[in-house]
Amino acid sequence: MQPDDIKSNILTTTLESAVNWGRKHSLWPMPFGTACCGIEFMAVLAARTDIARFGAEAIRFSPRQSDLLIVAGRISIKMMPVLIRIYEQMPEPKWVIAMGACASTGGVFDTYSVIQGVDKFIPVDVYVPGCPPRPEGVVEGLIKLQKLVETEKFSDYSTTRGK
Amino acid sequence: MLLPKIITKVQDKFPSVTLDTTQFAGEDIIHIQGSYNLDVLKLFRDNGFNFLADITAIDNLTLGGFERFAVVYHLLSHETAERVTIKAYVPEDQPELPSAESLWKTADWQEREIYDLFGISFKGHPNLIRIMNPDDFQGHPLRKDYPRLGRKERDDFPVVKRGINKEAAQ
Repeated sequence: MQPDDIKSNILTTTLESAVNWGRKHSLWPMPFGTACCGIEFMAVLAARTDIARFGAEAIRFSPRQSDLLIVAGRISIKMMPVLIRIYEQMPEPKWVIAMGACASTGGVFDTYSVIQGVDKFIPVDVYVPGCPPRPEGVVEGLIKLQKLVETEKFSDYSTTRGK
Repeated sequence: MLLPKIITKVQDKFPSVTLDTTQFAGEDIIHIQGSYNLDVLKLFRDNGFNFLADITAIDNLTLGGFERFAVVYHLLSHETAERVTIKAYVPEDQPELPSAESLWKTADWQEREIYDLFGISFKGHPNLIRIMNPDDFQGHPLRKDYPRLGRKERDDFPVVKRGINKEAAQ
């Protein structure tokens, strides 16, 4: 091995930033599409915006294999226990994007049966506004989330859940 | 034209049951007492009105009417393409009337929907349980005295947190 090879092949970093680098470029989404945002999310996956460019193309329909929950659409009182169950089934580390007005705030559906923002019951990291948001908006949200993933610290993880 | 004949038949056969006959948008509406709905519906079915297009209900709390609730049957004759509306009135203190499921199978889910949202029960229905709201739901949300924003059922879920604690780390 030549001295020049060592220079171009070795990189010093911290374990934390190496792991976070890996995590942020392999966010596997679990789409929870309940309304028109779910249709719009299909366009996010398609060729024009193509979130494969950000390492998020591996859509998993099992919460056990994913680390990004995308809540796309309004959540009714009958659906909320299902959403909570799915969130709890996801292994740590996990993040949540509330896609669209309904998932973020309830939107125009200010009635007895619609949850007024999923962040009342599960933690949301990124809100994407719009009704439904344009695919570019979701990509922007994904980039924002990547920046958030980058800054997470191992020491933030507590051993007891929910403390 | 089937309809005029049947309406006179109904009036002759059940004079005290028929409360009123009106017209709206060129279609006849027959107002009847709720408890006799099966007899009237059977007469319509046997005289050409073979298809039950829809069942719905009205809460007359602010509208006024013969009774608090009206269960509305929309019938269609495939033979003559005539339509008729039958409104069966149900009192508030005993919101119950016979099920039309024995005449048309399609009434099954529609009556469950009315039961769920208006709290009107149907005697003889094979499976009268809620169809849209959760099974443990209290109340009947399409009644006019039910608050639009509900009774806090949309706020009544456990709050789930992540196993990461950013506030403590800072």
